[in-house]
Amino acid sequence: MTIASTAPTVTALREALLARVAGGDRFAGLFAARHESGITLSAHVAVRGEGDAAGAIDTMEAPLPEGATGYPSLTPALGAAFWYERVIRDLAGVVPEGHPRLAPLVAPGSPQDHALPRDVAGYGVFTIPHGPVRSGVFESMEYLVETPGEAIPHLNMRIFYKHRGIAARFAGMPLASGVLLAERAEGIASVAHALAFCHAAEAIAGCEVPRAAAAVRVIHAEVERIANHLDVAMRLADAAGLAVATARFALHKERVMRLASQLCGSRFGRGVVVPGGVAAFPPQGPEDLLSALGQLEKQVNGDAEALMGTSSFLDRLRGTGPLTPGRAREHGALGPIGKASGYCDDARLTRPYDAYPLLAPAVPARQHQAGDAMARLQVRVEEAAQAFTLIRQALAELPGRARPAPRSACDPPDGRATGWAEAPQGEVLYDLEIEGGRIARCQPRSASFHNLVLMHEVFAGDILTDFPFIEASFGLSVAGAAL
Amino acid sequence: MSIWALRGLRDGVVTTRWPARADDYVDTWRGPATVLPDARVGDGPDIARLCPAGAIEASGQLRVDQGRCILCGHCVAARPDLFAWSAGATGPGAAAAARQALIVPHEPETDQAVQAARAALAERTGALRRSVHVRHVDAGSDGSEEWEVQALLGPVYDVHRLGVFFTASPRHADVLLVTGAGTPGMAGPLRATWEGMPGPKVVIAAGTDAVSGGLLASRLSGADGPVPVDVWVPGSPPSPFGMLNALLIATGKLRAQARGQA
Repeated sequence: MTIASTAPTVTALREALLARVAGGDRFAGLFAARHESGITLSAHVAVRGEGDAAGAIDTMEAPLPEGATGYPSLTPALGAAFWYERVIRDLAGVVPEGHPRLAPLVAPGSPQDHALPRDVAGYGVFTIPHGPVRSGVFESMEYLVETPGEAIPHLNMRIFYKHRGIAARFAGMPLASGVLLAERAEGIASVAHALAFCHAAEAIAGCEVPRAAAAVRVIHAEVERIANHLDVAMRLADAAGLAVATARFALHKERVMRLASQLCGSRFGRGVVVPGGVAAFPPQGPEDLLSALGQLEKQVNGDAEALMGTSSFLDRLRGTGPLTPGRAREHGALGPIGKASGYCDDARLTRPYDAYPLLAPAVPARQHQAGDAMARLQVRVEEAAQAFTLIRQALAELPGRARPAPRSACDPPDGRATGWAEAPQGEVLYDLEIEGGRIARCQPRSASFHNLVLMHEVFAGDILTDFPFIEASFGLSVAGAAL
Repeated sequence: MSIWALRGLRDGVVTTRWPARADDYVDTWRGPATVLPDARVGDGPDIARLCPAGAIEASGQLRVDQGRCILCGHCVAARPDLFAWSAGATGPGAAAAARQALIVPHEPETDQAVQAARAALAERTGALRRSVHVRHVDAGSDGSEEWEVQALLGPVYDVHRLGVFFTASPRHADVLLVTGAGTPGMAGPLRATWEGMPGPKVVIAAGTDAVSGGLLASRLSGADGPVPVDVWVPGSPPSPFGMLNALLIATGKLRAQARGQA
């Protein structure tokens, strides 16, 4: 969790960033911030080295020249910056010059921004606007599907309907409130966001999380992962019209969420993670939890096995929405989407935190290369199975009758650090700056934001009826993407 | 496919019988914070600062606005002599037919206003009793509310057994279920959905974000504004039972057990 290194100019930052990415590091984010002294540009890079070098997220920062309203866009050289630079234009008002498409992404400017775009020309091609109010219970976003009837040659996404201004809201908040806002940045990954936020605060304060508290954090993070993966399985089964399977996975998900509420009072694990540790230990003893967990695990694994043996269902997933390994590596695809395409950068393995270093590592069961909806589901099934094992190991770390303090003091001095955690969707980053005991600036970056842009590219040969499968197999949250 | 038919029988009936029968999970649910009956305070401003969402009003009588409570528990942890959790997804701390009914303890005129609001709602929705269709709109939620709304369609809560159905078209909808803090981007689509619904129609603001904007209240103010809210459900997010309760209140199916009548 390193403090920012500064580059003298944006050009130097650009050179350094491109050199790092060419050398095998992963581009992990690009943001602009307005200070009293001017505008700065910060880039996050995940170090992908071996040995001592592994396990860092570096932040590079450079000021824009005084009075500058733009800078040369990085996107032409670094495709993964495509959405980041559009957000910079939307929110900081700085123009990335030479960016291939500067349409609004998180903040619409004028009524024209709602017009139907037409990027593909051809006989009979038309645009289907789908959203922001969609059929069924979904988060609001708009898909603009350009199609001649069946194939999907082009897709646009508008996520600005849900932009809430989370990053701006952080400024001036005390630390204890900041973690509550982080939990609500991406509600279905509350624990992971709270963890990433607290890791940043703890890095600035230099405080140690008590061992037992670190185990409780892992338990909640893995419960959240199981619930999310069950949700994806449920949505995929629903897309295929498997009514019983849909109901079964919905039932399991409900049971997992009730387990979370028994552990802490919240079905989403909210209020558990606090800077310096956890708010409290679970009220139940490890034995009760172990037996509840064992039952749940048996049921989930049984139905997962049945699902992965239902050929009519798998036929819909095989070859659907493929992301090539090359593109996954180039983009630095996070979480299950990356893993399904042979690119695994799991923060629990490469940058372990809390109790993960104490537990047997959740090494991917096997390498996937297909990158289709099927591979993404396989990764989730494997991750869910591993999550049960991790929870069981973490339960062994809990104190029995003796109850040590659940948290250590965390009063960060002025400073800045980046914290991370592996959400069910992939790596979550928090770039946190503390001033006078309060949050001066906090820039969250969810895996949903980083990964959602890839949905543009996976419709090779797929048709409209594949759409719900591809969307569900991505398993992302619009709230986390639009922030 | 036969394997699924058999697997579907494994756990027997998992669906709750609530509200016809009691359900343990309804009552164990942790609701928003409330003020203890004999709470006495002298140091006003410090008490109000306990709440990150600004739900505590400490000048004069100590009150909690449960429509702003995000259930963080900071007040309960710091001053257990003044604050406590309200228990149950359907009892005190659950959905209300008037915004001010969420401010506890009630101001003297609140109960009367709630009665009036309920009577007006009942008059409007008299025709909806047997079967209602719900259109859900996310107006800028954090995503968790959608999970809880989705759960209503699952085997455990199964709203179909109560004659409640979700519909894609606002033209078929009687109830508008709004989640989220009310982002500027969603104001138009939300309003258009409401306008597309035939009368009589009911609007439910589900969750603290939709009721007041929650932690984002300084920028966003919830669902009321673009659309007129009839039923207010606190919770961050509300439990599925809390939303089920609100649906039944909104459509007059749960008259006696509703808040404000006790």
